[in-house]
Amino acid sequence: MKNYKITHLRELENESIYVIREVVAQFEKPTMLFSGGKDSIVMFYLARKAFWPAKVPFPLLHVDTGHNFQETLDYRDNLMKETGSTCIARSVQDSIDKGRVVEEKGINASRNKLQTVTLLDALEEFKFDCAMGGGRRDEEKARAKERFFSHRDEFGQWDPKNQRPELWNIFNGKKRMGEHFRVFPISNWTEMDVWQYILLENIPIPNLYFNHKREVFKRDGMILATAPFMELKPEEKPEMMDVRCRTIGDISCTGLTLSKATTLEEIIREIAATRVTERGGRYDDKRSETAMEDRKKEGYF
Amino acid sequence: MDDNNFDAYLNMELLRFTTAGSVDDGKSTLIGRLLYDSKAIFEDQMEAIERASLGRGEERVNLALLTDGLRAEREQGITIDVAYRYFATPRRKFIIADTPGHIQYTRNMVTGASTANLAVILIDARHGVVEQTIRHSFLASLLQIPHVIICINKMDLVDYSEEKFAEITSRFLEFAAKFDIKDIRFVPISALNGDNVVKRSTNMDWYDGPTLLWLLDTIYISSDQNHIDARLPVQFIIRPQNDEFHDYRGYAGRIAGGIFRKGDKVKVLPSGFVSTIKSIDTFEKSLELATSSQSVTITLEDDVDVSRGDMIVKENNVPTVSQDVDLMFCWFNPKPLQLKGRYVLRHTSNEVKCVINDVIYKVDINTMERNTTDKNVTLNEIGRMSIRTQKPVFFDSYRKNRITGSVILVDEATNETVCAGMIV
Repeated sequence: MKNYKITHLRELENESIYVIREVVAQFEKPTMLFSGGKDSIVMFYLARKAFWPAKVPFPLLHVDTGHNFQETLDYRDNLMKETGSTCIARSVQDSIDKGRVVEEKGINASRNKLQTVTLLDALEEFKFDCAMGGGRRDEEKARAKERFFSHRDEFGQWDPKNQRPELWNIFNGKKRMGEHFRVFPISNWTEMDVWQYILLENIPIPNLYFNHKREVFKRDGMILATAPFMELKPEEKPEMMDVRCRTIGDISCTGLTLSKATTLEEIIREIAATRVTERGGRYDDKRSETAMEDRKKEGYF
Repeated sequence: MDDNNFDAYLNMELLRFTTAGSVDDGKSTLIGRLLYDSKAIFEDQMEAIERASLGRGEERVNLALLTDGLRAEREQGITIDVAYRYFATPRRKFIIADTPGHIQYTRNMVTGASTANLAVILIDARHGVVEQTIRHSFLASLLQIPHVIICINKMDLVDYSEEKFAEITSRFLEFAAKFDIKDIRFVPISALNGDNVVKRSTNMDWYDGPTLLWLLDTIYISSDQNHIDARLPVQFIIRPQNDEFHDYRGYAGRIAGGIFRKGDKVKVLPSGFVSTIKSIDTFEKSLELATSSQSVTITLEDDVDVSRGDMIVKENNVPTVSQDVDLMFCWFNPKPLQLKGRYVLRHTSNEVKCVINDVIYKVDINTMERNTTDKNVTLNEIGRMSIRTQKPVFFDSYRKNRITGSVILVDEATNETVCAGMIV
């Protein structure tokens, strides 16, 4: 018999497309969370593959912290124009103005945690019954136990001890009124898989991922970008450096990498040689050993 | 990575494996060792577990802490749910379904095993084949995992004894004859010291077989999937309704077995309509043929009625169509099985109501004994049942095809997945 070998990237692609199609078949009003980071870019690209030649049959949802890199927002708007998709934006600033959340104070203030309320409010506002996210199990310990189809109660909370068993490729998205699901189509991808796939498929990504000069400062061994809302300690001095983003999140918590990588091949080589996980550059995870687990229980992405 | 060889890097194979062992067999240590020696552990993770190990007053870095994710597990020192881990060699990418070994978590082992190409079963060299070894092997056989590697661990604690290894191996083979496992290998290891995990042991000159990682890297897996019986469960109908693709009607799904070619005569179940494949489409291009596990969209020459839950097969190779189905099952819920109770059966993309007619027998997974009189089934119990579905379902035996031969039962009241079934 011929050897019908499927490579790991194609296998992951086939699995993710299958999951995204299941979501559209099983839920009434799904959405896909889009941050403009590489994971959500790849996830959206897979959604386009899943439904071609039809358009992606759901809107995207961007929870805007108001602390985004401008490059990310431009990229998002261009992508929507090119693909004819729509992206709904809901902002943390609005949640603050409405008194739904209170802005953190002080040097380490971040809006990352506040996003949860804005997200849950947006799901409620549009009656979305499923939100797909670009979470990967290799990112963090608590994510390693996440299902593809993750059931959330009416308060949007995750109970790690009471997850539905998930066998073979049969996904159970049944739920009661008011409950919803988070689905993670790229659960099984690693950081390296995502980069390899971007290279393989030649997917355009924001320039932030490549080497550029930026005004930055150092804090607790991390390099952070300066921005009007970033408060600096007296000993922290802004300086220009050659950097790139390894992940793209809120400016206040996205650590930058000293790097000269200007091509995808150089990025992949750099990651293959690197000895720090990608979330090692996320200030929000450094708050405690179980920071991610605690945020997920509250309904974080 | 070879700097100039990106093609090889984009052409790796994917192997999914599960690990089973009792609480003290050193399973977490083994996984920690695989991740550590294959350099899948990053400095910041290593620093975090060094801090945690010191905080717990342990003398050496506890590799097991790498895999114990949730707070409750750290407190109790046990693993309570399936966790997925990732690492890669230049040849393959690996997904580990790390499942706990306690009896009360049989359902997790079944879950982890359901997608695995391979199972790694740990035996403590000091204790040899124990009840749990039999249980784990039985589950591997029940779930039809094609390859099993028996790691005889803690060889350092039995003076790296060749006799001990030979004794355990032959004891295992004795009872393994009762199981349906196609490919069994044995490796003597010490996960704690790293002997024969990634690097060859210098303590066991008598062993000239491969290391665990070498086996994981080279075991032939391409024939694990069914390439004979063509099956496409229809997930979703694609109708673009735009000018360019005005009359386009595509049947989207992931091929569950066999090979489909453009021009093939196919039959749609349950309607029985026959047509010809007009095109096999993927993003912006069409294929001449598509094989098992590919997500594609198929269009047909004729305008036939096809919806989600239907299955497209070859005209001359159809699955069994019946309302009466026998299953090997594992019960997943604390709420006991209701004999004559109604459940929702999910099979591929199909969904149908069913009634559990009979529990034919239960299996004691420690002794393999069958009990034909006790019909009470609760959490973590395994056995054989017969069900009747409201409408005919189209299926293969689980032995023939793990996708078209597997089902879950959903409780109508709670929406929970209460049972996993493998069609006999």
